Amino acid sequence: MPLWNKQKLGRRIERFALVGVWLLTIAFFSFALPGIFLSWTNFSILFATQAPGAVLALALIIPLTAGDYDLSVGANLTLSAVTIGVLNAVYQIPIGFVIPIALLAGVLVGLVNSFFIVYVRIPSLVVTLGTTSIITGLVQWMTNSSTIGGISPILINLVSRGRLFGISYAFYYVILLAIIIWLIFEFTPLGRRILFVGRSREVARLSGIDVGRVRVGCLISSGFLAALGGVVYAGLLGAADPFSGLNYLLPAFAAAYLGATSIIPGRFNPWGAVIAVYFLATGITGLTMLGIPLWVTSVFNGAALVLAVTVSQFARGREETDIG
Amino acid sequence: MIGYVPPGRGDPAASAVPALQVSQIAKTFGGARALKGIDFTVSAGEVHGLLGQNGSGKSTFVKIMSGFHAPDPGGSISVYGRQLDLPMKAGAFRDYRMAFVHQHLGLVPSLSVLENLRVASITARKSRIDWRAERVAAQQALDRFGIQLDLDARTGAISQIERALLAIVRASDDLRATGSDHGGGILILDEPTPFLPREGVDRLFELVRRVAAQGDSVIFISHDIDEVREITDRATILRDGLVSGSLVTREASHDDFVEGIIGRRITRTTSTRPDVTSLEPRAIVTNISEPGISVEEITVAKGEILGLSGLIGSGYEKVPYIVFGATATSSGTLVLDDEKIDLATSTPKRSVKRNIALLPADRPKASGIASLSVAENMLILDLKKFMGRFGLKRAEIARRATELAHEYEVRPNDVSLKLGSLSGGNAQKVLLAKWLIREPKLLMLDEPTQGVDVGTRQQVFQVIRKAASEGAAVICASSDFEQLADLCTRVLVFARGRVVRELVGDDITKDHIAEACYGHSQHN
Repeated sequence: MPLWNKQKLGRRIERFALVGVWLLTIAFFSFALPGIFLSWTNFSILFATQAPGAVLALALIIPLTAGDYDLSVGANLTLSAVTIGVLNAVYQIPIGFVIPIALLAGVLVGLVNSFFIVYVRIPSLVVTLGTTSIITGLVQWMTNSSTIGGISPILINLVSRGRLFGISYAFYYVILLAIIIWLIFEFTPLGRRILFVGRSREVARLSGIDVGRVRVGCLISSGFLAALGGVVYAGLLGAADPFSGLNYLLPAFAAAYLGATSIIPGRFNPWGAVIAVYFLATGITGLTMLGIPLWVTSVFNGAALVLAVTVSQFARGREETDIG
Repeated sequence: MIGYVPPGRGDPAASAVPALQVSQIAKTFGGARALKGIDFTVSAGEVHGLLGQNGSGKSTFVKIMSGFHAPDPGGSISVYGRQLDLPMKAGAFRDYRMAFVHQHLGLVPSLSVLENLRVASITARKSRIDWRAERVAAQQALDRFGIQLDLDARTGAISQIERALLAIVRASDDLRATGSDHGGGILILDEPTPFLPREGVDRLFELVRRVAAQGDSVIFISHDIDEVREITDRATILRDGLVSGSLVTREASHDDFVEGIIGRRITRTTSTRPDVTSLEPRAIVTNISEPGISVEEITVAKGEILGLSGLIGSGYEKVPYIVFGATATSSGTLVLDDEKIDLATSTPKRSVKRNIALLPADRPKASGIASLSVAENMLILDLKKFMGRFGLKRAEIARRATELAHEYEVRPNDVSLKLGSLSGGNAQKVLLAKWLIREPKLLMLDEPTQGVDVGTRQQVFQVIRKAASEGAAVICASSDFEQLADLCTRVLVFARGRVVRELVGDDITKDHIAEACYGHSQHN
C-alpha cells in the first residue's frame, strides 16, 4: 500500500530530521568558513569539550521520562568537579578515593531532592531550584570562589589526553553511557515502568508499579550521572571551576527536549539527546568562529530550548488524543 | 452596590407568568435521541423536582439550559415569559437570571470563603478591589439566609455541608446581581446532596426554602425520591427522554415516584442463568467500614459475575478500589482462596502480585495511557515473560500483542498505534486484555462499558463472561442496570453505604435493580 509507505517514510524523516539539520548546519559553516571549520581537529575538540554537557543531558532525560525535573544537575556537576579538585589537589587524597566520594556526593544530592519531591510532595522544579542555590553556595565556600588547579594527571589521561581516532576518551564515555541508558529504556521492564510513571502516575500505580520508588531511583540516577559529568569535566579541564558548570544546564535541557523530537519522536531518548547536544555545540562553535560576540551564545541556547520544547509539543500534540 | 430586589411573588403580574416554560425540547446525539420532546412548567417561587434514572435525559436537559448543548430545532424555553435564544451562548444564562449549582460546587478550596463568595464581582472589576465593600456584601448575602460562616476561613477547611450552602448562597446572590425587571430568578441545583451527610441535608433544605421564599424558583435535580418529596412543591419525572410523570408532591406517594422513574413493571423474563450457589467461593470481603461505605460481608465465587449497584453516592463504586488497595482503608479483610489479607496493608502492587485485577472506570486517567502504544499498554504487567538474555525481546512482544489484539478483536489491529487513537470500545478491549492475560483470580471492573460504543458493548460482555467461565471471580460495579442484568449472576444493591438488597437468578432485571435502588432510598 503506497499510502502506508508514505506514512512510514514520513515517520522515518521525522526520526532523522535532527541529524539532517545537524548535517546542514555543518555544511553551512563549512561554506562560510572554508578550510577552517570542517577539520578533524575542530570536531575532535568539539566532541570532547561537549562531553560534560552530553552527560548532563543524559542525566536529565531519566527523571524527565519519569515526569520530574532536575534543575540541580548543573550545580551537581560543579559540586562533583570541585570535590575532586579540593580533595585531590588541595588535600592530596589519591584520585582513586576521590572519584567515588564525588559520585557519592551526587547520589546524596539525588536523595535530598527525592526526599522533598517524592516524600514531602513539593514540585520538582521548586525543590531542585532550591538545591541548585544551596549547592552553588557550598561550592563557593569550598573553593573560596576560585578555580582549583593541579588535579591528578591520572584523571586527565583517562578523560582528555587518552585518545582514540584523535578524539578524547571523554566522548566514548558519553557513547557508552548513552548505550546503557538506551538498553535500560528500551530493553528492560524497568525502562517501561519509568515511562509509565512519567506518562500517568495513576495508571502506573494501579498497574502495581511502585511509583515512589521509581521516581526516587530516577532522581538518584540523575544525581549520580551529573556527578559523573563533574568527573569528566574535571578530567577535561585538569582543574575545578566553581562557576561554569551551570553553563551546561541550559544547553543540556535544550538538548533533552530537542532530542525528544528525533530518533524516538515523542519520547526523551539518549541518542536524540546526544545528537542534539552536538548539534547545538556545532552551531555555537560555528557562530563563534564567524566572530559573533559571546552574548549570542546565551541567546542561541535559550532560543534553542524554547524552540525545542515547541517542536516537541507539536510532535506530541499531533499524536496524542484522549482515549474514548 | 447590590440593591435589594423585591421578591416577585407579591407581584400578581409576575406570578401569572411561569418562571420556566419548556416546550418540545429534544436532543439527538448521533443517532440516539436523548430527549424526545419534553414539556413542563415551573411556577415562580416554586421548588420543582426533576427526577429520572441515568440516561433519562435529565443531565442533557440541564446542559441545554446552561448552553452546553444545542437542542434540536423546534423546541422553545421561556424564562419569566422571555424566550431563550437557543442555543444559548456560553454564560448567557446569567442574562436570564438563572444560576447553577453542580454537584462539585465549583468552589476553590484554597481560597477564603469571602473570595469564593465574591468571585464574580472580584474578577470582573476593572479598578482596584474594595475589600471592605466586598466583605460587607458577602456578609449581607450570608445574613439574608441566616447562615453563619467565617468569611476568612479557607474554603477547604469548612465542612462539606457548609461548602454546599456557600455555593448555593453564591448562586442565589448571582441571581440578585443580574437583577432585571422580571420578578425572580431560577436556581438550578444539580444533584447537590448525594455526598452530603444526612444531618446536613436539613440545613440545605432550609436554605432552599428561604431562596424560594424570596421569590426565586428552584429546580432540584436528584435521584433521591425521599428528598424530592421532602423539599419540592411539584416534580417532573423523565424516562427515556420523555416526561413520564408530572406530580404534585403533596399528593403523590413514594410508589408513584418509583413508577414514574422506572415505568410499569415488566413481566419476569425467563432467562436461564448459571446456578452459582454450588460454586466454590473465591473471595470473601468482610468488615469494611469507611466514611460512606460499610460492608459486612461480600462473597464472590469462582466463575461468578457479581454486580454491585446503587444510586450515586451510595458507595458501591468504592468497593473495588478498597479491595484492590487503591483507596487507603483502615479496616476490612479479604480472604482470597486460602490467603487472608488485611486490607489496611494492601497496595495495588501487592494486589497485582496476588493476581487481583482492577479495571477503573476513568479510562484516560486511571486505566490506560493514551500516548503510549497498544502493545505497551497491553503488556505492561507481563514484561518479565519477555526477558531474554539481551533484555526485552521486542519482536516477540509485538508478535504476542498482535496475537492478543486479534483474539480480543481490537480494531484496527495495529499494536503500534497509540491507545488514544482507538475508539473507546477498542481501547477498553486492550485494557481488558492487559488484565485478563494474567488469568486473574479476582477481576474487578468499574463501569466496564462506560464510553464504549453500542457495537462493542457485547464484545466486552463476551470477554468478561469468558474470563468468568475460565474461573475468575468477577465483581462488576456499575450504575448501568441494563448491563448488570445482562451480565451478572447476582447483584448487590447499595444504599447509604450498605448492602440493602441481593438479587439472584431471574430477579435480576433492569427494572428490579432500579426498583431496589430507588425503593431503598428512604432514610432511616
